[in-house]
Amino acid sequence: MMNEGSELSVTIAQIVQRLKGTHLHSQLEKQAKECLHRPEIRLESIKEDVRKFLRATGWERKLQNAVYRELHILPPSGHPEAPLEHTKEPLAYMRKAQASWEKRILKSLNSMCTELGVPLARKRPVLEQKELTSKWNEMGADEPDLSKFRPVYAPKDFLEVLINLKNPNHDHSDGLTARSHWGLIPISLSVRDVPQLREAYPELSLSCSQLGIDDHAHVPPDLFESEHIRIGKKVVDEQDSAAAQQYSRQGSPTGLRAQLWALILNITNDPEDVAHYEQLKAAVIHHDLLVDNLIYKDVKLTASNDDYYFVFEDVLYQVLLCFSRDTAVLEHFSYNSATPPKSYIQGKTGEEEFAVVYPPNVPLLPCQMGIVCRLGVIPFHGFSMYVAPLCFLYNEPCKLYSVFREMYVRYFFRLHSISSSPSGIVSLCLQFERLLQIHLPQLFFHLQEIMAQPLRIAFKWMVRAFSGYLSTDQLLLLWDRILGYDSLELVAVLAAAVFAFRAENLMEVTSLASAEAVLADLSTLKVMPLLQIFLFANVI
Amino acid sequence: CLHLAGNHIKADSNHREGRSCVRYKCSLMNTVLDVLHQRPGWVEVKEDGEWDFNWCDVGWLRENFDHSYMEEHVRICHFRNHYELTRKNLMVKNLKRYRKTVEREAGRLEAVKCDFFPLTFVLPSEYHLFVEDFKRSPGSTWIMKPVARSQGKGIFLFRKLKDIMEWKKDCTRSDEQRDEAQVESYVVQSYIENPYLIHGRKFDLRVYILVTSYLPLKAWLYRDGFARFSNTRFSLRTIDDQYVHLTNVAVQKTAPVYNPEKGCKWQMQQLRRYLTAKHGTYVVEELFKDIDNIFIRSLQSVQKVIINDKHCFELYGYDILLDQDLKPWLIEVNASPSLTASNQDDYEMKYSLIEDTLHIVDMEGRLTGKEKRVGGFDLMWNDGPVFRENAGLETLGSPFQTANTHLGGVNDRKKQLRQLLKPFPGQKKV
Repeated sequence: MMNEGSELSVTIAQIVQRLKGTHLHSQLEKQAKECLHRPEIRLESIKEDVRKFLRATGWERKLQNAVYRELHILPPSGHPEAPLEHTKEPLAYMRKAQASWEKRILKSLNSMCTELGVPLARKRPVLEQKELTSKWNEMGADEPDLSKFRPVYAPKDFLEVLINLKNPNHDHSDGLTARSHWGLIPISLSVRDVPQLREAYPELSLSCSQLGIDDHAHVPPDLFESEHIRIGKKVVDEQDSAAAQQYSRQGSPTGLRAQLWALILNITNDPEDVAHYEQLKAAVIHHDLLVDNLIYKDVKLTASNDDYYFVFEDVLYQVLLCFSRDTAVLEHFSYNSATPPKSYIQGKTGEEEFAVVYPPNVPLLPCQMGIVCRLGVIPFHGFSMYVAPLCFLYNEPCKLYSVFREMYVRYFFRLHSISSSPSGIVSLCLQFERLLQIHLPQLFFHLQEIMAQPLRIAFKWMVRAFSGYLSTDQLLLLWDRILGYDSLELVAVLAAAVFAFRAENLMEVTSLASAEAVLADLSTLKVMPLLQIFLFANVI
Repeated sequence: CLHLAGNHIKADSNHREGRSCVRYKCSLMNTVLDVLHQRPGWVEVKEDGEWDFNWCDVGWLRENFDHSYMEEHVRICHFRNHYELTRKNLMVKNLKRYRKTVEREAGRLEAVKCDFFPLTFVLPSEYHLFVEDFKRSPGSTWIMKPVARSQGKGIFLFRKLKDIMEWKKDCTRSDEQRDEAQVESYVVQSYIENPYLIHGRKFDLRVYILVTSYLPLKAWLYRDGFARFSNTRFSLRTIDDQYVHLTNVAVQKTAPVYNPEKGCKWQMQQLRRYLTAKHGTYVVEELFKDIDNIFIRSLQSVQKVIINDKHCFELYGYDILLDQDLKPWLIEVNASPSLTASNQDDYEMKYSLIEDTLHIVDMEGRLTGKEKRVGGFDLMWNDGPVFRENAGLETLGSPFQTANTHLGGVNDRKKQLRQLLKPFPGQKKV
């Protein structure tokens, strides 16, 4: 076992490595050099004085935020002898399941490619490039014929995969028991129960004030809201990532949320971020990808049809088309169990010409032009809903892009890949089922009897982290806490709380269709009271 | 309805006499009719029957108002000469005169607060004044609007004088030849070239104001409203594309990419939250104060011109446009805002709006007259500004009084009404 000391040095080394050469690094060096002229810097105590200067001018804080961000996305430390794969995802059967799921998606995309005769990747002719550049801000105005494209998969397809997960170590010798066939998820992972959740989420307790409850119209703002806003302003002024994260547990005020989230995610909008976005935009202009059509279709089917998100159609294209070409997203594979296959470019002769990752984030498939690339993020039906609520907060495409990308690599990717992570969709499903089974056993049993397994209804909410199901202001309050606690666990708890809230009506239904109907409209729900009551007001 | 021994209730001295049975007439076939049908104790009357309440259209008003004798309790939903506020050429005339009065009486700084309507000229009478101004700002865009039509009909944009040469001919006609019924009057207005856009789309705001009296001025502001989006992206390049610039839902409905399911509308609460997330609470509060200012001053400008009549009340639909500096502009006031619903949510909103209007008109005599809020309506002006805080020694002279308006705020009207209103006469208490 590595001792703590050497583990720490490894972590430090990793972080230093990652921050080397960044814009922040060069800025710090520049600041340090320039401050040497200042009178307060003395030769005999140069190190301390420079440090003091950097602290006073807020640069130390920026560095702290950057380090804090790296800690968030650092892969879990494992045994030094263990291959990276095993560190990313320790359970072998999970790794296998994810790999075969990816193969299936790939196969599906491959057959779509052949069936439709559409090239996987295609360089745009110059005229088309010019056209696209001129209408970059209004791509939604087009109505291309997308009828032949179908989403590669929908959440319910993914649910089937999860239901069929098998842990080879699980002993089935005691045969079918009521317990083994309670819920849909057939494997065991450690998930928290209500007493543990109470300890993990103390800020949501009845005795603690928060936004979403204590800012209600009838509550005088002096009791909590005004003070909370005052503190929020201070946190923003201090530019402290860690403080912002802690603060967000009690909710972010509407007027400060955009800044607070940017702070928590350490979105600095450095020139390198802007340049990166411009590069991606250039990549979109130069090449057309098959995946782009899937993106168009998804936006048209979901966000454009939404009563509120339709306004954001254009910027959704700008974000998602760039996202599908972003190699930096692939970084997250370092702690996601999914491994991208290798890539190479085939020339016309079929010989390996040169190994380049181009275009990135595109499935591993040969096509007419012989470009073979990496498998990245294939949008499923509803994917654009991860971005839509963020459009509410951020206007400039570049900043919006950075925020979305960071949220994706920290959280959203876990909702559609197979892993044993406590924030992963498998754990969330299991936790949801367990919470219902323990606290609403009668309801669970009733729904099971009428063939209306609760997970079949709740799954689509959880995969999208409730985006598109809750009203926007409530969704943002939920996502405040996801950021604040750095975990998606509350998504599962909320799903259970919704069932608990509508339990009476659900006990009366006699079919899956009627159960779906009872739970069809969540737009009037108030998220925080539901969570609070479920966690803190129930007798256990 | 049943003729009981006296079908009105004499309540105690605090209450107006209320009626338990209200005979109504209604010219509209939409949400209004539903609300009237479902109101306890209200009965529709046939063609020539006597009525206590009339939700009429402006056509009926014009033909019949002057010949109708109305008893004291009778109510009708328009003021006789509402067009002083709602016809574009008259509104402009009244606002300009009002501004002059304000400048004379209160100085330049106060008069600037009246600068919420874009530079406007009535054609053909003010054609020459318009040309002078036109020449002073070459290259700018102007919008031509017919005075009396609605739903975006007849409106067009132009930049060159030659586009409106026909109006020059009209100017040379003599006064006798100008018959209002034949010559269609237009107003020409400076077009707001920098509207506030949300992701490239232009929108305007529809807000509802209920006036129950002009002298003294008593006006209520409804908390709900909406932002109407143009379906296509805003650009000054194609001013011929009328679909881009006009945000009326009626025009959008015929635009090529309109999806009827979408509705192109945001509820006011959603818009307010979006703006707050983008600009912060303080800026948005100031914006909404500026919007309140538009309502009050526009009503004040016609206060002395409108024939005040205690039988009359009127529900106006105000159209407000925001520019990129978050300055609100008054585009138009409608005396007959559309009460037809485009979808279920819209129906519920309009239903509540009409219901609350009827609560305030109060044929049933359930209000004391001292209320500052009824359902989704907040009393905005009562012969003077109305503040949220109740007047007392602490608030005397305090600079921290907030206006009693909640546009885009939470509308928990059902709860408020339960606490406020007694059951309908004849109904048992629940």
